[in-house]
Amino acid sequence: MRDNLHRFFRAARGAGVHVSPAESIDAMRAVAKVGFEERSILRDTLLLTLAKTEDEKKSLGACFDLFFSQPEPSRPDDAKNDNHAANENQAQENQGAQAASGGQSQNLGPLAQILLSQDTSELAAAIANAASAAGLSDIRYFTQRGLFSSRILEQMGIQRLNDDLDDLTAANPALAERLTVATDALRETVRQQVSQALSLYGREEAENLRNEILRNAPLSRIEPRQIEQMRALIRQMARRLRERFSKPRKRQRRGHLDVRRTLRKNAAWGSVPFLTAWKRKHRDKPKIVAICDVSGSVARVSDFFLLLIHSLHEVVSDVRSFAFSGHLVEVSDILESKSAEEAMRDIMSTVGFGSSDYGSSFADFERQWMESVTPQTTVIVLGDARSNNLDPGADILRRISERSKRLVWLNPEGRMTWGWGDSEMPRYATFCNVVRQCATAQQLERAVSDIVSAYQ
Amino acid sequence: MPDPRPLAAIEAVESGLASQGYIASRQIATAVYLSEQIAKPILVEGPAGVGKTELAKAIAGWRGLKMIRMQCYEGLDEAKALYEWKYAKQLLYTQILKDKLGEVLGGAQTLHDALNQLHDFGDVFFSKEFVEPRPLLQALEQPKGCVLLIDEIDKSDAEFESLLLEILSDFQVSIPELGTIAATVPPTVILTSNSERNLGDALKRRCLHLHIGFPEQKLEERIVESRVPGISQTLRKQLVGFIHSIRTLDLKKQPSVSETIDWARVLVLLQASELGHEMVKDTLNVLLKYESDVEAALPHVTTFVANANRQNVFG
Repeated sequence: MRDNLHRFFRAARGAGVHVSPAESIDAMRAVAKVGFEERSILRDTLLLTLAKTEDEKKSLGACFDLFFSQPEPSRPDDAKNDNHAANENQAQENQGAQAASGGQSQNLGPLAQILLSQDTSELAAAIANAASAAGLSDIRYFTQRGLFSSRILEQMGIQRLNDDLDDLTAANPALAERLTVATDALRETVRQQVSQALSLYGREEAENLRNEILRNAPLSRIEPRQIEQMRALIRQMARRLRERFSKPRKRQRRGHLDVRRTLRKNAAWGSVPFLTAWKRKHRDKPKIVAICDVSGSVARVSDFFLLLIHSLHEVVSDVRSFAFSGHLVEVSDILESKSAEEAMRDIMSTVGFGSSDYGSSFADFERQWMESVTPQTTVIVLGDARSNNLDPGADILRRISERSKRLVWLNPEGRMTWGWGDSEMPRYATFCNVVRQCATAQQLERAVSDIVSAYQ
Repeated sequence: MPDPRPLAAIEAVESGLASQGYIASRQIATAVYLSEQIAKPILVEGPAGVGKTELAKAIAGWRGLKMIRMQCYEGLDEAKALYEWKYAKQLLYTQILKDKLGEVLGGAQTLHDALNQLHDFGDVFFSKEFVEPRPLLQALEQPKGCVLLIDEIDKSDAEFESLLLEILSDFQVSIPELGTIAATVPPTVILTSNSERNLGDALKRRCLHLHIGFPEQKLEERIVESRVPGISQTLRKQLVGFIHSIRTLDLKKQPSVSETIDWARVLVLLQASELGHEMVKDTLNVLLKYESDVEAALPHVTTFVANANRQNVFG
């Protein structure tokens, strides 16, 4: 049974539940107390000891149901005994069948005999044993399905079965027919078993792999069906950033001794400094003004960027977002009050999908919102800097840069194309503190993390 | 040593809690049973008002143990949770003993001798007599064991969580001046959390994690039955059915079990025998705590009441 529990822990990890060695020991102790008889109690026990959030409980519950719907591999020695017993039974039955099948079947291998006897429970046990011998619980990727299927079949003696089949085709075509059908069914069953194992043990790896690919895929070119996954990924990133940057920073905040306040505080003791007063380092929470191009191919990157920035409430005290293509509007309220999809749709319908005009958009910003930029503000411009050969308004960008703490430009295009065609990137770059490429989710995360950590 | 009849033992827990008026689901009972068997604290999470704190009270009542409750809040620290030196007593004693000091040191000729003589008396002022035990230490010192309820742990600071780790895993605390104080009888520890912030993994690892959600309809009916004995069977069924449909709405604060019980009491006071939609509309503010929630629920009241009544007829 211990083996089974270990396999279950592995499956649980596959389902995304973090099972540490200490937790698995606790689970073992708990299971030793309640035993295996009552499945519902066992389920509750494992949920109590292993899963530590509600989500984990859900996925572990599903994992448990899937796991215990599989036949358990019986112990090898039991299986052997069973086989013996079965073989004896087989032999007796075969004596009856001998007359019909012409005395062929006792020459057959054990697998062929199991198949012909149509003993499902024995077949299931044989498959389960072969699966554990082939290390099926190590399966991680869907590409390994074929490999594991053939390993299991080999373990069960498919070689011998094929030989038997060849012999029979010559000697007893009717029996051979039956065996062929049974063999096909066997292959199918094994394949199903492997698929099930993959969904048990391989889920985590598959998810990691998919997320890894998604993280490095260019945001502007992901397919519509991946958008939901992408949003989930962005939310995950936001959570990570929040956890990293919202920790209390009490100790770091103590600065030099405040002599004036110390003396005053200790006046009662003739200024012998019993109590000390310390200066506090002033630390700003990030203030961010985000100016996002929402025209054409940049739109999707802006979408994810705004989603990320606006889910950082705990870390960032003040975000104001502006979107533009032809002209600039403030979109903070829309993003705060509506769900991500609705907000984006609203923004797009007001300003989106025009041809971008950086010059006039910057002019709009300077006219109406310039006072929102203070020396504590980081201004982030997200855009491809392609202003369709219109006035780039670089002088306005210079004034913004002078007013702000930092000016960061995120460009979804590759560095190589900056300055080609109507791209004004080199001209803008002179006024920016940081210019970086930002095309994938990973680059997005790094960019935001750098911006926030500049305030730490 | 596996218990031969875990199922019976768990059922015993269930009926024990029921005798205290706490109707536990199978999972809750299993958690209580396990925490006793493998000596681990239970971390209970769930929305407000589903009976997390009640569980601790029920366990204490059932086992006849003392319950020590520690309410967590922001800024809670060692001095308030664990122990504190009785400074005033220490000061007072030094004043009183000042006169004694002359006698003790009378024989000493040099400063060195005097110091040596003083050393012989040891650290009298940092001994157990001068320790003021706070809830956590009190819990460890109970001779018969106790139920320690650490309420709303998510409200405390992250540092406090780390302070708890030693107690939760080994049932002991270290006081630098005194050494380690271990529990005479390990207390049953219940921690509750409203998931206001995520607790650390180290803390979670040391606990059984129990999530109490809103109960199923049958279970909630039994809870109402045990808590509000005067209620008629029809009304009880209708009321619980109605609350279950209310919970399907998108509300700021879902009505939880405590609200169900309050509402049931109100309806009994109003001598209702059946759920009428006028009465529901009048008393909805017992159930829903936000104006916007009441507004959101009002248009659905008639349908939900009708549904609850119909269910009752056919169910």
